[in-house]
Amino acid sequence: MSAAVTPTARRDPQRTVRAAWLIGLGVLLLVLPHLIYPVLALDILAWGLFAVAFDLLFGFSGLLSFGHAAFWGTSAYLTAFLLGHGQSVPVALAGGTLGALALAVPVAFLSVRSSGIYFSMITLAFAQMVSFLALQWTDLTGGENGLQGFARPSVLGLDFSNAQVRYYVCLALFALGFAVAYRTVRSPFGQAQQAVRDSENRAQSVGYNPFRFKFTAFLISATLAGLAGSMYTFGHGVVSLEVVNWRTSGEVVMMTLLGGTTTLFGPVIGAGLVLLLRDVLTTANFPVGIMTGLVFVLVVLFFRRGVVGTVQHWLRRR
Amino acid sequence: MNTQLLLIQVFNGLVNGAFYALLSLGLAVIFGMLRIVNFMHGALYMLGAFTAFALGQLFGLGFWPSLLLAPLLVGGVGMLLERGLLSRLYGLEPSYNLLLTFGLTLLTQDLVKQVMLGRFAVSSAPYSPPEALSGVVNLGFVVFPKYRLFVIALSLVVCLVTWFVIEKTRVGSIIRASTENPVVTRAFGIDVSRWVTGVFGVGVALAGLAGVLAAPIYSVEPYMGAELIITTFAVVVIGGMGSILGSVITGFAVGVLAAVGAAVYPPIANTLVFILMALVLLVRPSGLFGLPEGAR
Repeated sequence: MSAAVTPTARRDPQRTVRAAWLIGLGVLLLVLPHLIYPVLALDILAWGLFAVAFDLLFGFSGLLSFGHAAFWGTSAYLTAFLLGHGQSVPVALAGGTLGALALAVPVAFLSVRSSGIYFSMITLAFAQMVSFLALQWTDLTGGENGLQGFARPSVLGLDFSNAQVRYYVCLALFALGFAVAYRTVRSPFGQAQQAVRDSENRAQSVGYNPFRFKFTAFLISATLAGLAGSMYTFGHGVVSLEVVNWRTSGEVVMMTLLGGTTTLFGPVIGAGLVLLLRDVLTTANFPVGIMTGLVFVLVVLFFRRGVVGTVQHWLRRR
Repeated sequence: MNTQLLLIQVFNGLVNGAFYALLSLGLAVIFGMLRIVNFMHGALYMLGAFTAFALGQLFGLGFWPSLLLAPLLVGGVGMLLERGLLSRLYGLEPSYNLLLTFGLTLLTQDLVKQVMLGRFAVSSAPYSPPEALSGVVNLGFVVFPKYRLFVIALSLVVCLVTWFVIEKTRVGSIIRASTENPVVTRAFGIDVSRWVTGVFGVGVALAGLAGVLAAPIYSVEPYMGAELIITTFAVVVIGGMGSILGSVITGFAVGVLAAVGAAVYPPIANTLVFILMALVLLVRPSGLFGLPEGAR
């Protein structure tokens, strides 16, 4: 595994590139709320982390989840519910995230035994079950009306009514989530995870249990999606049924593909591009579904590497 | 609960089941033969209903001609999609088919919405059943709308014919040969890619037919296929992916079970199918009628 390889000159360029991406993304995210309005910037963080979480499963485990809105949405609702019931912001954020993890345990158990398209359809069906529950369990979710008007009491002198403050709090959480994803991918676990993705039989024959790797990867991914979902609620101060809709599950796929799968940085870039484009189109009154669909089709047909994947490919070939 | 109410629920369940069966049959034909997961199936079902509506508005065509023409048109759209777009993804992971058709779904739904708003100035339109099928029929033990009985009957016939053609006829064996071993089949002088396009067209036409049939019951609306496709996917998972007979039987069975379940405990109506799916997955991951994953 990589740990055994001494960092020779041949490995260095890759490291430099990775460090450059990391610094570039970091600087961009630090100044972002000064370039665009802070709530949109916060959206990019939340969706960006959501897409990273999705990529952790799709890109690195080869499992195309079509139901990640279930974790994002469950956490979003739980966070809103906790805030609405007088809990502090850290408790609400943690509660939402852990709620997503708790939901992920049975869903992962039932779905990772299947692979390929079957896995996609099963995750989609579970997400739909969550979506129906959200519609019907009005005491918890507010049904069609959603939840809004909950307090976000200040902690440690941080005034959460200020969108800039909320942004930087979320940036810290984003950094935490991104670090978890980054460490996971670059750890022995991540290497084994990718071995399972590339050839399940081969991985099994050298002693790895594919089920365990896929199961764990699913849990990490769902938890990070949950963290992103609670950031979203915290940022907006409203939750609606949209967070558990299947289109949400599809949108995170699109962001990841557009940015580039298995690149980790890509999903964040993809989320940013989609949200900025949507922001422009909404003000121009252009139907969002047409744009989303078109981007999806073009990316799948002609641009499967995504933005970051294409740049990396181009850098490597030089 | 009285028997009368239960029977009505069973019949209503059969109507829903008829749509599940037609749609999952189309999906099974397309997946079983071509290994394409057509997420767009729900949007094509909607396109069937919309085409019937548009034919009526533009050319004054009634239900019966539309029942024939709309599936043909939608099937034609499907064949164009297969030739123009999906065929570019053959040889890649099947996930890409799913993703492409997902994108096309969003695109189609919003395009139809724009057309409906722009051209017909409505976002949702009722569609009336033909004269001959309006009114109710008294079955002795239950009184039921004539049109709904017609839907159940026609869907059963179409499902049986499709099953028969694929499993029992020469056409069916050519199709199966084309997809199981294209190289050898081509050596027999059979144009495989034309058959593939044809099969895709037929599967899609089934969705279009379901759409026309649904228009008088659910009215025409750009997102009418959106929730239905997810339920259909669950039906396909329960039945076993790619199994023709499995999809038809499961389609009707799920329709009836969900309707009866809803009569007993209303909040469960929409989730019952997904609960069923979870239970089936626990016991038989490859579905009730499906072969184990390795055997496919």
